[in-house]
Formats: sequence, C-alpha cells, structure tokens
Amino acid sequence: MSDDLTTRLTKVFQDVFDDPELQIRRDMTAADVEGWDSLKHLRVVLSIEREFKIRLPSTKVTGLKNVGDMIDLIRSYLPK
Amino acid sequence: MSHAFLQTLAWLPRAGDDFRTRCREIKQSQDSAAVGQQLRTLATQALDANQLERLADLIKSLRGADRDLRPLTPFRLGLIGNGTLDFIEPALIATAARHGIALECVRTAYGQVVQEVLDPNSTLCRAAPDAVLVALDYRALPLRAAVGDAAAAAEAVAASVQQFEMIRGALQRNCNAISIFQSLATPPEPLFGSFDRVLPGTNRQLINETNRALVDLVARNSSSAVLLDVAAIAETVGTAEWFSPSEWNMAKLPFSDVMVPLYADHVARLLAALRGKTRRCLVLDLDNTMWGGIIGDDGVDGIRLAQGDAVGEAFLSIQQMALSLRARGIVLAVSSKNEDATARLPFRNHPEMLVREEHIAVFQANWKDKASNIAAIAETLNLGLESFVLLDDNPAERALVRSSLPQVGVPELPEDPALYPLALSAAGYFESIALSAEDRQRAAFYEGNARRVALKAEVTDMAAYLKSLEMEITFEPFDEVGRARISQLINKSNQFNLTTRRYTEADVAQAENDPACFTLQVRLSDNVGDNGMISVIICREASPDTWSIDTWLMSCRVLGRQVENMVLAEIARHAQRAGIRRLIGEYLPTERNVMVKDHYQKLGFTLRSEKPNGETEWELALPVHITPAPMVITRRGFAEDVADVAHAG
Repeated sequence: MSDDLTTRLTKVFQDVFDDPELQIRRDMTAADVEGWDSLKHLRVVLSIEREFKIRLPSTKVTGLKNVGDMIDLIRSYLPK
Repeated sequence: MSHAFLQTLAWLPRAGDDFRTRCREIKQSQDSAAVGQQLRTLATQALDANQLERLADLIKSLRGADRDLRPLTPFRLGLIGNGTLDFIEPALIATAARHGIALECVRTAYGQVVQEVLDPNSTLCRAAPDAVLVALDYRALPLRAAVGDAAAAAEAVAASVQQFEMIRGALQRNCNAISIFQSLATPPEPLFGSFDRVLPGTNRQLINETNRALVDLVARNSSSAVLLDVAAIAETVGTAEWFSPSEWNMAKLPFSDVMVPLYADHVARLLAALRGKTRRCLVLDLDNTMWGGIIGDDGVDGIRLAQGDAVGEAFLSIQQMALSLRARGIVLAVSSKNEDATARLPFRNHPEMLVREEHIAVFQANWKDKASNIAAIAETLNLGLESFVLLDDNPAERALVRSSLPQVGVPELPEDPALYPLALSAAGYFESIALSAEDRQRAAFYEGNARRVALKAEVTDMAAYLKSLEMEITFEPFDEVGRARISQLINKSNQFNLTTRRYTEADVAQAENDPACFTLQVRLSDNVGDNGMISVIICREASPDTWSIDTWLMSCRVLGRQVENMVLAEIARHAQRAGIRRLIGEYLPTERNVMVKDHYQKLGFTLRSEKPNGETEWELALPVHITPAPMVITRRGFAEDVADVAHAG
C-alpha cells in the first residue's frame, strides 16, 4: 500500500499525532497508536476532509474498524 | 468573495513547509531574548488546526520551562462554554502570539458553567483569570417559547439575559475577571422562512432579541464585560458554513472546525485590544494602492481614480476606508517609491482625491527601502513599530518589511483592488473595545501636515534581502516576440528613462536587424513571481571603438535590486567582444526623470560635458569590473553565446 492516497493519509496521521515517523497499515486500529482517543479520531476525520477536500458523512465515520476501512471510505468519496 | 477568503485567513502569508522544523528550532534555541518575537513571527502565518496545536504545545512547553516570552504580554483566560472547547484552546494559545499575547488558558469541565462561576473556590475562580470567555451559543440558553406567543418569547429572552448577568456578576465578585460574552449566531434552519424574523418565538426572533439585550448589558457594564460579536463572524462567512450539525452531533463542536482559526483570531485580537495593543498608524503606499497606475509615468490625468470607472472606484473605496479609520483615531502616513513632488501631485491637483495632504501625518516619498521609511515614521510619531500597518500592493515590498520589521502588520492583498478594504478590515489590526474622545482627536493631534523626515541608517540588511529574493535575470537581444512589449515600454516609461526617446514598433523592428545597433531586453523573476520585461537597452555604434547608449529604461518596480549594475555588466560584456573600448551615456532631463539624473555617475562613468539645459554626457572606459549582484543570469539569442557553446563542446 504505497499509492498516492496512502501517502497523503500517512501525512495526515503524522500531522495529527505529531510524529514524523508514524507509518500506517490497513489493519492498524486506534489501540495501536498512542493518543488515538475519540477527539483525536475526530481530528483525523476533519484533517482528512481538509486534505482530500471531501465531506465524510457522520454516519460513515463512526463505524470504521481500522485504517483499511478508512482508506476504502476515502477512496469511495474521491472523484473517479 | 467566498467565505474561503476569511476561513483561510487570506491576509496572512501561507505557512511554509518548514513549520515543524522552525517550531523545533525555537524549542532548542538558547537565545532566550528572541523567543517571544520568533513565536509571534511563526504565528503570523495562516496555520491549520494541526499547526495551531503544534505551536500551542511549543508555547506551553516553553512556559513550563520558565522561558522568558517577552515581548509577548501575559494574559490568563478562563474558558467556559456549552460545547467542546478542546480544539479551541490550542488555537487560542497559538493565535494569541500573533497578536502579541502570551496566553495561558484555564479550562473547566465540560458543561460546568454555572458551578464554576458561582463557587469562589472553583478551579476557574482560584486561577484568577484576567478575563473569561463565555463561549455559549443558542443551544445553551432557555430560548424556548411557543411560536406566536409574544409574552413567552419575551420571558425566554429575559431568562437568557439574566443568565448572562448572573455570570458577569459572579465573575466580577469572585475573581474580578472581565466577562467576554458572545453574541449568538442564528442557525440556518428557519421554521417558516422570512416570516421567522417577524413572528415571536422563532429561533431567529428570540436570538435577535437576546443579542439586543446582551449588547445593552455589555454597554451598561463596560468595565466588567466586553462583546465578541460571533453573530457578525458567522454572518460574514455565512451561517450555513459556520454551523456544522454533524460536528456538533459527533463531538459537540459548537461550530465547524474549519472556522476555528478565524474564531481564534477574533478572540485574540480582542484580548490584544484589552491589553492596549490596538495598532495606531496606517502607512499607505501610493501607486496602485491609493490610485490605479503610476503617477510618475501616467501623470495626474492618467491615474485611475474616478467615479464611473470600475478601477477608479475601487481605489476611491480604499481612500474612503483610510479616512474612516482616521476619523476614529488611526494616524495615516505615506511611504512610496517616488519623487516627493511627483507623489504629492494627485493630493494637490486631482479633483477626485479623497485623502488630502492635511490628512497625512508623515509623507515619505523617496527611493529608499520601505522598512527604513517606516522606521523613520515610527520615530517621528513616537510610536512603537508594533503600532504600524502597511498597505502595499507590491508583494516584494511586503516581504521586505515583514522580514526586516516583523512587528509591523502587513496584510497580503488579493489581486483585485476592489477587495483591499475587505482584506484590511478582515485582518483586524484596529480592533478596539471602546472609542474615547481622545481617539476622535488623535489623528488631528499628530498634526497632519505631511511632513517629510530624514532617514536614519538603513535598517535592512540589503545584501541578505537581495539574496533571499532568488532573482533570475534574463538577457536577450530584441526579437519579434518581445517587440510589442519593448515598444510599449519605450513609449510609456517616464521615470527611469535616461533619454525618453520614443520609437514606434517599426523603429524597434529596424533596430533588431541593424548591425550597428546592440539591443537588450531584460526580464527579471524572483521568488515572489515573474516581473516580466523590466528593462530595455539600445546602443548605437558611434565610432569603430565606441558605443553610445541611445536608450536605457527600467521599470521602477525593480528599483533597488541592483538590476542597473547587472545590465551595465551585460552591455560591457558584449561591447568588449565587439572590440569596443568606450561607452557613452547621456542624460536628457524631463519633468519626470529626475530620479536618474545621477545614474551614470553612480555606475562609475565620468562626466564629459554638461549643457545649460541640464543635459549631461558621460563616458566609461572598457574593460571595467562590476561587482555582480546575487542573481542567476540566463542569456538567450546572442550569436556569440551560440559560438561559445560550440567552442566549449
């Protein structure tokens, strides 16, 4: 997973968690990242919206299991 | 103009990619004297939510390490509200540095508004805040009444205002803190439609009435309450953008997260105003800022400044805004790259000029850099540099002043001058919490007699500045592509023009092909952008070993960049290759080209002759050494360079 979307999403995570070393994986969950609480989750979502210039409906962002789900969700909202 | 202009703080320069690095450097820096100013400089960029948080963390850690944050002024602000304030707090701390404040926030548990203010031993009251931001929105207040029931509506409004009054009284009593109340924004979902404003008991009517009563409350208690006009902020960006129902539902964010930087800026400027940091002087550039066009080239009749002309009206609006600011006590000054007499012409002779010389406290028109001029104005008016704002259409001037005098407020401006007033007001430099009789008289007190003052030593490290511009200069002989622009410059340039000889496009085409002519068209780009063609040269062979410089003109936009030296070096280079031993230069005086009277002298030419009418003739022996300015040189289209390349290969 080293496509453009993943690269941009990695940068979002690095910004939000202030960790330039942070790498993401599809199976990564909130438990794997220090400080990923519900507010940080929202910060991730809002930063994704800013980075990708999309709006993610609240119905879709509350049930995400892991980063893989997040990637699929973003992809489904990107212009084809 | 879209809400994005405000939402992205378009008047601030964009944050560079090195933001994180600069944060780290400040943290590790041992130079404690400079930390406060460095934080302010870093904060004076458009920062997104994550960057604001980074900067807030840095400020908190510096404070934790007891670092001296001067010249930032300390301020302790309590935060209470009915929404989630977790994202607002770091934004406030970082943004406050932009406005000269070292902010410390006292947070309370979510929703505990009444408990915190009423109990003198609460976390909030014991922290002894200077002020408390009462971040309540319409959802927090008992604004419920049956629609159409006027009596119930009035009661609901009264109950809400009573709550504000209770908070104000308790904060004053328990910790002597000023209450900062927010006017209420109206959510964008009407019940009926337009009728909502008429009918008692609708959200819109209740909120209107509450805001009106809240304003009265603040006016009655001006020593213990101030207003943050959130309703106006939301209305300016649009309430449909301001409110975000999904963000409220997900995390009780009181308004859309993308608006946090804008909101924080409004809070911070209010805190700065409470600390007396309102800026006091607006320094105006002239050409293309106060009027359209260049007075030195276009003349009083040619500049655009008239009703009925879209461009002219834009500049009239800017002048009107400057006068309104003056009427409320902001001092006006001028800093312009011009001859003094030329710059004053529109003030004296243009019938539609609104700003007049008597409105201007200090009038600096000269060819020195603007940073030195602003420093001179500051000294004359006896005001600190942090009191100043510069309005200037030229990005390079803005960048120079920002880097040499970081205390001065310098808004970025949109391309269209019609939007300059919005950019200037949106930046909030002149935020105030009161208008005193003194304010009304201040501008007159500074006695606007358009004084001109002498400059002290130049404050700018010019060499470092020129280097930072990353200039690239391009030399080409005249060609068909450049022909139209070349002849336009030849016929339009008045100020930096040694001989003011006018040639038609056909003349220019002829010079292209004349073996006895050497021509140059010069372009300059820098890190701010491409300045396009900025200089034109025509030399004619006067004798087998002499070139006479028939035409030398340059755009005033690139004055002070050492372009003249580079152009002379280029002429000398080609002259030597052609076996030329001597250059002759002439200066033919006109009403408008005084600025180049000493041009050849400055470049090391010696005077040959001077006529009674002021015409001078100069000569320079070749070869000559000219110190190069820091710029990359590109050459195109010269026969000998093709030969060079061939030779090298």
